[in-house]
Amino acid sequence: MINWMKYRLSYLIISSVVIGAGLFSLIKWGLPVGIDFTGGVIAEYKFSNGENKTFRYGVLSKEESEKIRQDFKNQNAEEIRFESVGPSVGPDLVKKTIIALVISASGILLWIAYRFKSFKFGISAVLGMLHDSAVLIGSFSLLGHFFGAEIDFLFVTALLTILSFSVHDTIVNYDRIRESQRKFGGDLYDLANKATSETMVRSLNNSFTIIFMLVALILLGGESIRWFAMALLIGTVSGTYSSPFVSVAILVTWDEIVKKLRLRK
Amino acid sequence: MSPAKKLILIAILTIAAGYISLPSAKLDIKINKIQIKKTFDLTLGLDLAGGSHLVFEADTSKIAADKKKTSLSSLKEVIERRVNLFGISEPNVQTSNFEGKDRVVVELPGVKDTKQAIDLIGKTAQLVFAEMNESTESATLKPTDLTGADLKQAQTVFDKNTGKPAVSIEFSKEGGDKFALITEKNVGKRVAILLDNQIVSAPVVQEKIIGGSAQITGNFSVDEAKKLAIQLNAGALPIPVKLVEERTVGATLGIESVDKSTKAGIVGLVMVSLFMVLAYGKLGLVADTGLIVFGVLTLALYKLIGVVLTLPGIAGFLLSVGMAVDSNILIFERFKEEKTKHAYADALEVSFGRAWDSIRDANIATLITAFILANPLDWNFLHTSGPVRGFAITLALGIGISLFTGIVVSRNLLRVFVKEKKQ
Repeated sequence: MINWMKYRLSYLIISSVVIGAGLFSLIKWGLPVGIDFTGGVIAEYKFSNGENKTFRYGVLSKEESEKIRQDFKNQNAEEIRFESVGPSVGPDLVKKTIIALVISASGILLWIAYRFKSFKFGISAVLGMLHDSAVLIGSFSLLGHFFGAEIDFLFVTALLTILSFSVHDTIVNYDRIRESQRKFGGDLYDLANKATSETMVRSLNNSFTIIFMLVALILLGGESIRWFAMALLIGTVSGTYSSPFVSVAILVTWDEIVKKLRLRK
Repeated sequence: MSPAKKLILIAILTIAAGYISLPSAKLDIKINKIQIKKTFDLTLGLDLAGGSHLVFEADTSKIAADKKKTSLSSLKEVIERRVNLFGISEPNVQTSNFEGKDRVVVELPGVKDTKQAIDLIGKTAQLVFAEMNESTESATLKPTDLTGADLKQAQTVFDKNTGKPAVSIEFSKEGGDKFALITEKNVGKRVAILLDNQIVSAPVVQEKIIGGSAQITGNFSVDEAKKLAIQLNAGALPIPVKLVEERTVGATLGIESVDKSTKAGIVGLVMVSLFMVLAYGKLGLVADTGLIVFGVLTLALYKLIGVVLTLPGIAGFLLSVGMAVDSNILIFERFKEEKTKHAYADALEVSFGRAWDSIRDANIATLITAFILANPLDWNFLHTSGPVRGFAITLALGIGISLFTGIVVSRNLLRVFVKEKKQ
């Protein structure tokens, strides 16, 4: 059996590097927030020569957007889409997302704590979730800077979905720890190693099926869904990694610290 | 019930669902005297079918706190009436409140002229008749008690003299009396017709008008006259509104999105199916069969309960495919282990039993998130927007159905399959 938990320091380094790169990008370049957050106008038109063009504007008044629309109409351009968001919409979106995140995370934490009869399990799982959110937000800062990704409404949805996916995987691992604990008992360190070995193939295979669906969406699904699928993909990879190497690793470390403290007393 | 019988039931269910999933599905049965007729259509959201999503913010600063609630609900009603009179099929009007900001969300599928729609909905359209005093140098206006509320009906007509579009209005009984009184008092003077505090026209009264009808002849285009008639019929907005958000998707982009995501979905599904066969052999085939049942049932359920399918909704569906396969992977991996300890058939039952714990716990965790995103109780502090909800609803349905196909369908397929192998 592979001693997965022996390499916890390496996992910490890997996570730190990935999140650190994202954090660096966040500080240096910020988040590529789109009009859903800042307010403004995105208009896409198809011109008579068959060319599609996208135009961006700041927040426009009703008269200004009407004028722009009329101008394009005069050029015989077909309106593909026209999105205009007022400045008051963005702050609400951020607040509602934070509320959704908090409720979602507390619900999941309580559910896991109830199922596994310990807050240790719940909190470790939620920390894994936060790890994945940090990876996703950091990656989008980088993707925004280098590839023009934009954070919109759908990104928020992706973020919340990833949380549940991350926890999904973690619970499968926890479940094995719980089962072995009942049957054989023993040290959490060994139980975690056993559970991780037992769930590794399943975890990878499951992620592959989701990755197949998402890659197909990214390559063939069209412009409007591409970054959304990309966000889900990053989250899936991070979620698969974080279950054994963040959540379970934290759980084991936590257990060890508690034990050491007890010995000292 | 034996597994074989259960499989037959599942097959019947799948065929029925398969029929409903067909693009042209129709139900037309006659049992004795009761006739059931139903068509099954997939409802596409604005981003797929094309249309406009409009958000208006209501300015409630001048409304007394105790009247706010009734004003807002009548605001919604007036907007609904206007949209219906405009002739848009299946519009959706909702109010939302977040941190003291009252908003009305209007969804108009398939609308072509968004500007018209925005004007139609957003204008207060407060009609007032006013007496004009021209004795002094600058004319002063004195509003009467005759307003848009006294109307019975408004309609577009063409002026007999000029041939220009106009709006003819018919007053209610009281309105007619008021009008008679006003015209009697003002013979030879002007009476101004004001719309949102602007003079539309100010004709000179020739004689007292009884019978309760009048005509507004502004400098209207046909469209403007039509809009005004609709606004007057639907009533004035009790609260002024301002457009804060607009998302319009043309029909072509919608069709393109449907095509592309269908293609992506098929390619993804084929890849997943192949992967399952490569990784688990015959068991993989069972999982793939379960996957087909999953797809057919899901589509049928979308049609039956009227899920509005949006682009994120499609993504939610595809993601739930991954989760549907996951139930199988969990069981098969377990099966590989248990096979070494138990007999083939026993190992199968043990695997299902053991895997169930983690499948249940994990899926409920996902359902918690889906519930919050779908916001079925319309909590104002959460997202109430269409796309996010669309995603959450398809994800939640996907999890529900995947539990059925992952556990019931695959299990019975395997039971029958294993028995045959023994014989």
